[in-house]
Amino acid sequence: MIDNTLNRRQFLKSSVGVAAVAVAPGILLYGMANGSSEGASAKVRWGMLIDTSHCAEGCNDCVTACNKENGLSGGVAATDSQWIRKIEIKEIAGGRQLSLPMMCQHCENPPCVDVCPTTASFKRADGIVLVDKHRCIGCRYCMMACPYKARSFVHEALHDQNPDVPRGKGTVESCTMCVHRVDQGLQPACADACANKAILFGNLNDPDSEIAKKIRTVASVQVRADLRLNPGVRYQGL
Amino acid sequence: MYIHSAVLFRNRLFYALVALAGIVVLAGLYSVHLMEEHGHIITGMNNQIVWGIPHVFAIFLIVAASGVLNVSSIGSVFNKHAYKARAPLAGLLSIAMLGGGLTVLMLDLGRPDRLLVAATNFNPTSVFAWNIVLYSGMFGAVAVYLWTMMEGRMKPWSKPAGFFVFIWRFILTTGTGVIFSFLVARQAYGTAILPPMFIVISFAWGLAVFHIVQSAIYAWTNKVLDDYVQKRMKNLLGVFVIAALYFVVAYHLTNLYFARQSDFERFILSDGGIYPMLLWAGYVLIGNVLPLALIYLPGFGKSYHVNLASVLIILGGFSLLYVFIIGGQAFPLSIFPGFEVKSTFGDGAISLYYPSAPEILLGLGGVAVAFLITAVGIRMLDFVPHEDTKKFH
Amino acid sequence: MFRLLTILAVFFLSFSAQAAESTPKLDIGKGGQCVEDPQFMRKNHMHLLRHQRDETMRQGVRTGKYSLKNCVECHASTKDNSVIAREDSFCVACHRFEAVKIDCFECHSGERKSAWLQRNAK
Repeated sequence: MIDNTLNRRQFLKSSVGVAAVAVAPGILLYGMANGSSEGASAKVRWGMLIDTSHCAEGCNDCVTACNKENGLSGGVAATDSQWIRKIEIKEIAGGRQLSLPMMCQHCENPPCVDVCPTTASFKRADGIVLVDKHRCIGCRYCMMACPYKARSFVHEALHDQNPDVPRGKGTVESCTMCVHRVDQGLQPACADACANKAILFGNLNDPDSEIAKKIRTVASVQVRADLRLNPGVRYQGL
Repeated sequence: MYIHSAVLFRNRLFYALVALAGIVVLAGLYSVHLMEEHGHIITGMNNQIVWGIPHVFAIFLIVAASGVLNVSSIGSVFNKHAYKARAPLAGLLSIAMLGGGLTVLMLDLGRPDRLLVAATNFNPTSVFAWNIVLYSGMFGAVAVYLWTMMEGRMKPWSKPAGFFVFIWRFILTTGTGVIFSFLVARQAYGTAILPPMFIVISFAWGLAVFHIVQSAIYAWTNKVLDDYVQKRMKNLLGVFVIAALYFVVAYHLTNLYFARQSDFERFILSDGGIYPMLLWAGYVLIGNVLPLALIYLPGFGKSYHVNLASVLIILGGFSLLYVFIIGGQAFPLSIFPGFEVKSTFGDGAISLYYPSAPEILLGLGGVAVAFLITAVGIRMLDFVPHEDTKKFH
Repeated sequence: MFRLLTILAVFFLSFSAQAAESTPKLDIGKGGQCVEDPQFMRKNHMHLLRHQRDETMRQGVRTGKYSLKNCVECHASTKDNSVIAREDSFCVACHRFEAVKIDCFECHSGERKSAWLQRNAK
């Protein structure tokens, strides 16, 4: 573990945002990918831990925040984009009920990236799975391949996009883990918006991060873990 | 004996048919224009049913394009003269249907203007990317094969060229099946039986298309198909249809045996509304039972019976693809096995799909492209089978 | 194909327009010191943008100076905060004149971030 810390220090020394980093470990966590001229680092793996026991049924705050941040219409027609959605589930045996948000799970081995003919779907070094819309030809094969139905296709021309979140007709899109915020050292809009703190965002690779500590101490699962995709989003209490 | 007015009529009919096909192509292009202008919102496709009618048409045409080459393979690889005489026509049909199918597939893209991007950014792990190579390679391979058959000096090369095409199309149809085989997440797909199933299905559909085109050409030129050839080709068609049915049955039986798949099978085989109806009435009855009766029952099996059977096989093929592609997506993805699920994004719910006019026109446009290539090809070059009946026996 | 036709149509239309006036009239927004020499930018802005977009998008390098957002920041009109809203907007006027289709703004916003934020504050 000491080695690990040393390595991280060394790495940080070489990057630009060093000055801001030494202040507190919490900031350091985000500082790594923030505005650095080296870009996303493979030493980071961004992830989320969702505590379903804190996720209130009927609460839609994360969805609303995502829509606002990323400029989605908020419509729920079959042709509307939904980057994050609330799912209400009920266990058939016993009837236990849960509510949870579902979005791109940012897999380590993402099927969408495997199937994309043009490498438009790709995984950043820090584990965030994105669609490069400059390359997307709109074939929708990734939507067929995603086990979480996390992706949407833009069915209509769009106007008035967020300058930080380009989106456009004829391409596929999904949760970006608010990459434009994460690169600034902020956390994703959904995590920010959750009043119950059910969404914990952080660096899974940093043993001292809050998320890594919690994953070590509480039981959490990956959805469709049988597929061995190793998603970066984990669920607690499922 | 030719009568002048009959020739004139036939000429006019030819141009009328070509013009009709041209209009259908234009209607398809206009649909594409609308889809580019408004986006896919004007189609019935949505975020749940991401592939629709255009893909049914495209995959049918591409699969049949591979299967029709069976006729040439039997000729050149297995040295059967009756089929050798038909190899050029089979090659032309293959190019025509491949062209039609690819046109539909490409024009349905969200950004068809970026095809160059697809050509310059190649993802080696993507079956789609492989297929781009396989499809364009197929054009080249079949074109060379046709050249070796039709150009006297190249004749010695026609056997190796035929063999190459034979192997290439196996890989190509495997690639088409693998598009679905690699979809691990969806109940309908993600099984290794799909590539061989697509290969055998391609034999049946390709030969059915070939039968119809061949009969049309023979009727047009007032020729009569030799009884021996007719009987052999008819029996081959029957065998292919049975083999294809076998694979479809095996696919569903395997699914039925897996408890985790039984809900999906119940949906496709009995509860799913349009899908079981299309499967049983469309594929099983129209696409298999009736054609097999027309081929094998005593008193049937005449040329026109086989033509009718071929039309039915094609209709059955479209039904099967509709059930496979659209039914496979309509059934909800199992994200939380053992849970009842609901959300605003169609989780746990059967997805609805109503094909719209533009996407149907796009699909028909692809068929019309295939027809145009075939019609013009036959008119310009010598694709009509010339047979030496003495060599049959 | 239709795109091609539009491009051709625009090309021919602009050809006739070119005879009338020899330079595009454009609203350069705030303007000021550009990241490179203006003549160089006129010729090469697309290469700079394309190169950097791949680094930003795919590697997360956000410190480059050739960003589209920076272009918009300086060159959006002081009247409507946009590089594409009107005929004489910075990007539109020149691209019309040269008859080159801009593909950026189907996805990217052509508006200054501050203005967008103000409108979407609620």
